[in-house]
Amino acid sequence: MKKKIQNIIEYFGLPRIIIFFFLVSLFVLAPIVGLSLETSIQDVIVRFSMNGILVLSLIPMVKTGCGLNFGLQLGIIAGILGAIISIEMEMIGFTGFFTAIGIAIFFAVIFGFLYGLLLNKVKGDEMVVATYVGFSSVSFMSIMWLVLPFKSPNMIWAYGGSGLRTTINTKGYWFHVLADFLKIKIGNYIIFPTGTILFFALLTFLVWAFFRTKIGTAMIVVGSNTDYANSCGINVDKMRSISVILSTVIAAIGMIVYQESFGFIQLYMAPLYMAFPAIAALLLGGASVGKASFKNVIIGVFLFQSILTMAPSVINNIMRSDMSETIRIIVSNGMIVYALTRITRVRT
Amino acid sequence: MRKKSLTTTMNPGVRFLINYAVPIIFIILVAFAIPLSGLSGIYFISELITRLSRNSFLILALLIPVMAGMGMNFGIVLGAMAGEIGLVFITDWRIIGMPGLLLALLVATPIAVLFGCIAGIILNRAKGREMVTGFMLAFFMNGIYQLFVLYGMGNIIPISNSSILLSRGYGIRNSISLLGIRQVLDKLIPLKIGNILIPVATLLVIAALCVFIIWFRKTKLGQDMRTVGQDNEVARVSGINVEKTRILSIVISTVLACYGQILFLQNIGTMNTYQSHEKVGVFAIAALLVGGASVAKANIPNVFIGLILFHTMFVVSPRAGRALMGQAQLGEYFRVFVSYGVIAFSLALYAWRKRVEKENERKKIMNYRKSILVK
Repeated sequence: MKKKIQNIIEYFGLPRIIIFFFLVSLFVLAPIVGLSLETSIQDVIVRFSMNGILVLSLIPMVKTGCGLNFGLQLGIIAGILGAIISIEMEMIGFTGFFTAIGIAIFFAVIFGFLYGLLLNKVKGDEMVVATYVGFSSVSFMSIMWLVLPFKSPNMIWAYGGSGLRTTINTKGYWFHVLADFLKIKIGNYIIFPTGTILFFALLTFLVWAFFRTKIGTAMIVVGSNTDYANSCGINVDKMRSISVILSTVIAAIGMIVYQESFGFIQLYMAPLYMAFPAIAALLLGGASVGKASFKNVIIGVFLFQSILTMAPSVINNIMRSDMSETIRIIVSNGMIVYALTRITRVRT
Repeated sequence: MRKKSLTTTMNPGVRFLINYAVPIIFIILVAFAIPLSGLSGIYFISELITRLSRNSFLILALLIPVMAGMGMNFGIVLGAMAGEIGLVFITDWRIIGMPGLLLALLVATPIAVLFGCIAGIILNRAKGREMVTGFMLAFFMNGIYQLFVLYGMGNIIPISNSSILLSRGYGIRNSISLLGIRQVLDKLIPLKIGNILIPVATLLVIAALCVFIIWFRKTKLGQDMRTVGQDNEVARVSGINVEKTRILSIVISTVLACYGQILFLQNIGTMNTYQSHEKVGVFAIAALLVGGASVAKANIPNVFIGLILFHTMFVVSPRAGRALMGQAQLGEYFRVFVSYGVIAFSLALYAWRKRVEKENERKKIMNYRKSILVK
């Protein structure tokens, strides 16, 4: 019996079990402290649809052995660029949304290509380099947001200030175009964002299908054994580059979906730490530094976002204080630290 | 293959350029920014002296883990947190002046040792990925620190001084005034040259730490650490407890960082309970790298060269930004960008060279094997 429990702990990982029970207790507590379960479920669904694609974007890089994409911010910046350029062009509705995605993909390919070149040079140390590449690109773009010649009055500061605002509203452009597409109303509170979920499912399917193609299979080989891939005549560096570009492109699309759902484009230092929650969600779903699947994405986003929505409201009702930020920091970063310490054990 | 030859080139000039790319870029940058900022020489020197006394202790704390081959210790943030907890306690007990400062050091030391042990044990489980793990650990511990200070203090840990508590009755305020110990060490031995106040006592403490580090390198433990840093296996074969040595190096670094943060805050005089420690790691590491250090090699001259260059940039960039673009905010972002950029660049350069060297070695072995086979 003891051995069996140990095996289960070994298989799922202690933090995952703790978090699972934590979540269950939150759902049990919610009605007791007088919280409406319906609104909580609604929140979880909306956040799931918002963040799903960003987490999905990590998959290609993990599959080719580039590790967790701590430089996710590059894709996010491409997404922001796409979004603000489409607003500058006064594009509205689905046209605006897809224009934004088109522009974002363009930038993401460029960023991803350069990022891939760099990551191929620093094999084995990708994660720490990527973290700082992400950070420095966010701070570099902060300078750019001040300097770039955007003109749209909805985006620059009023009263003659220069530079873009810290938050830009997507209302009136393409706010909720996906979320309101075929939306279903369940009960009094729950509005199911069918469009966003469908879009997420479509992208997941495309990535899944991509890994069934010849290039995709070659990429998986690179990820599982570089030497073997070399001897098979696979160009390892090229495959890694493709995976990095793919990750960056999906992240850019994910960012636009996020902004579409959230309603705001956040500039300057806001994207600085955005990579960590996404990575934590993937790890929470059962992925490790060297292995991740689509199942991990879906389970991970669901668990992570449930905790983020449930924990603050339940604890607020019990303790009358807002602990959401602290819980977020502990859960997401703790999960990443745990995953990083597990690597050597798996290998030996 | 062109790039590969760049890293293995024997041309000493090119080698020098590659090895010291970061400091060289920085010297050029600073040389442009100083005239742009239009700052007076006196102001500039007094600023530099202040920053020298404030920051060098924290940067020196990074040296020992580098010796043990653990790279840049992003975990010094943990030490900084320990120092801040000490400062919260002495403010609560209303102990001021030199005794207050010493008591803060005393209270913070065991906490720093504990944090250091935790960090060391975790980093031992993530060999080869110490930096990214240390970095994430700092974020994680920041959450624990918040839990402890924002929710635990005044609740579980009694705090009697209501002026440092939030109005809700528990949790420490966002900023605490350290007026009681403000610059007690800096002004212990008063010396003024012209209008510039020189913090003699602080500088003496820093000098003492430098002497300690030089001495430490020569002790048995210091030698062990260098062996561990060279090669884990060789160290293990020669009977050194690798794990323990690595933990010790992190503990020493964390404790030093804790003292460094207390000295830093006694100079500033106020403490942002939840922000003061956040950027400590990034700024200290960036400064050390600017001084020409690498992940595998860092010495005392690197600390001071880096400190002067990096903080010159800090002083001048907001003004240079205003002069250049009419916006001080631009300079702010620029210096954040430079801090992150320097770290990204140095780490990438180091990782790249490490990989090329490894490949060359492999090629050498393969060639050697071939030559034997041919014979």
